[in-house]
Amino acid sequence: MSEEMKVTCLHDKHVALGALMSPFGGFDMPIQYKGIVDEHNAVRNQVGVFDVSHMGEVEITGPEAEKFVNYIFTNDITDAPVGKIFYGMMLYPDGGTVDDLLVYKMGENDLFLVINAANIDKDVAWIMEHAKDFDVKVDHQSDIYGQLAVQGPDSETVLKSVLEIDATDLIFYTFKTMQYDGETIIVSRTGYTGEDGFEIYASHAAINKMWDLLIEAGVQPCGLGCRDTLRFEVGLPLYGDELSAEISPIDATLGMFVKLEKAGGFIGQEACAKQKAEGSPKKLVGLELHDKAIARHGYEVLKDDKVVGYITTGYRGISVEGKSLAFALVDRAVGTLGEELSVKIRKKVFPATIVKKKFYKKSYKK
Amino acid sequence: MSKIIEGYYYCDSHEFVKVEGNMGYVGITDHAQHELGNVVYVDMPEVGDEVTAGEEFGAVESVKAASDLFSPVSGTVVEVNEALEDEPGLINKDAFANWIMKVELSDKSELEDLMDAAAYKAFIGE
Repeated sequence: MSEEMKVTCLHDKHVALGALMSPFGGFDMPIQYKGIVDEHNAVRNQVGVFDVSHMGEVEITGPEAEKFVNYIFTNDITDAPVGKIFYGMMLYPDGGTVDDLLVYKMGENDLFLVINAANIDKDVAWIMEHAKDFDVKVDHQSDIYGQLAVQGPDSETVLKSVLEIDATDLIFYTFKTMQYDGETIIVSRTGYTGEDGFEIYASHAAINKMWDLLIEAGVQPCGLGCRDTLRFEVGLPLYGDELSAEISPIDATLGMFVKLEKAGGFIGQEACAKQKAEGSPKKLVGLELHDKAIARHGYEVLKDDKVVGYITTGYRGISVEGKSLAFALVDRAVGTLGEELSVKIRKKVFPATIVKKKFYKKSYKK
Repeated sequence: MSKIIEGYYYCDSHEFVKVEGNMGYVGITDHAQHELGNVVYVDMPEVGDEVTAGEEFGAVESVKAASDLFSPVSGTVVEVNEALEDEPGLINKDAFANWIMKVELSDKSELEDLMDAAAYKAFIGE
C-alpha cells in the first residue's frame, strides 16, 4: 500500500472483518469478505451493505446553481422538484465522458453531485473551471461524507428495523434528508446493483455507527467485487470500462440520459447530437460466449478474423446460470442483435453472439 | 492458515507438483485458491501439449479475474483433470487433490529448482 493511498472511515473495520483489500480509485477498498458469489447472492435474495464512502461529493449552491449544473450535465434538471435525483454525465466538448454522476436536488439553489472516486480530482477541477462564468459556489465535500449502500429486496425492512430509518415513502431515484443521531443525513432510494436499495450519506461517525448496527444485525458486508458483478448483470456502466474520455454516452447506448433538446445547451451537446444523427462509429453491446471461457476487459473482439472492438467488462454470470457474458465496444456496423462475433481469449478464439446488455432483470421499487 | 503438503514441490507463482515416478501432477496451491476466491473456469492444456518449466500452460479464472498458470516442470501433458471442466469450484474445495494436469517429466533435475514445503511455507509468510 503506497503512502498516497486513501482510506474510507470504515477501513479498520474491513481489515478487522478479514476483507481482501485492494486499491480502487485511489482508495484501499474491500473487494470481498465471505466471497463474491455469496455476497452477490445476498444482495439479489436478501440484503447486503457496501461501504461506498470512496465516492466523491460536491455541493453547488447559488442563484445560478441550476443553470450551471444544466450546462455541465447531460440530463435536464430544469424545474425539478426538491427530492428528485438525476443520473447523467459530464462531457468534454467532443462528447467523451468526464464522469457519470448523480445530481440530487436539495433545494431551489442547491444541488448535490455524487461522482466517482477515481475521478474526484479531475471532476472538481473541471467543475471549478466552468463555474467561473456562473454565480455559484462550489463546495467539495468528499472528506466530510461517508456513504453506505444497503441493497437487496430486504433493504427497506432492514433500514427500518436496524437503523430506525423509515424510507417506505421514497420511490426510486428520490431522497430525503432526516435527523439521525443529532445530524442531518441524506437517504436516497438508489443503488448500483439492479435491486431495490438505499444509499445513505452521513458523517464518518454516523456511518460507523450505522455500519456496526447493520453488521451486528447480521447484514452481509459486501465488497466491490460483487458490486461489479451485480451492476454488470443488469447492464449498468462503470466509468473506466463502459464510459471514458474516449467513450461517449451515445457510444455506450446511454442516449436516454443525454437531453439534446435541453434549452441553454450543455458541454458536449453538439458532438452528441452529431453522433446521434450520424451514428457514432462505436457501439456498446452485450455478448454471450458459447463456451465457458471468460472474456475480460481489453480482450479483442473479432468478425471474420478482423478486430472490430474490445471487451469492456466480462464475467461468468452468477444470477444468470453460469453463462459467459460480456460488454464489448464494437464497430457500429457489426453491433446488431444476433450478430455472430468472436473473442480472443489468450491463445484461442471463441464464438459469441450479440445479445441485450440487460442480462438480468432489475427489481426497482418505482 | 493455508494447507501445505510435505513432499510436494512448489514454485513462486503458487503452482505445485506432486511427483510419482516419472509423472508430475500439477495444480495450484491451497494458498493460491484462497487468494483467488471462487474459481469459475480453468483453461487447461490439451493432452499431448509440451509444457516448459516457468512458462504459461493455461489459466485459472476467479469471478474477478484471469490468472495465468505457469508450469513448474517441463514435459508432455498426458492427462488433464476433466472434472474441472464441469466443476471448477473443486479447486476451492481441495486444491491439492484437484490437480490440473498430469505431465510426463522430461527433466527431473528441474525439481531441484523448486521449493519444498518448508520453503514455500516461509515464502507465503506462514
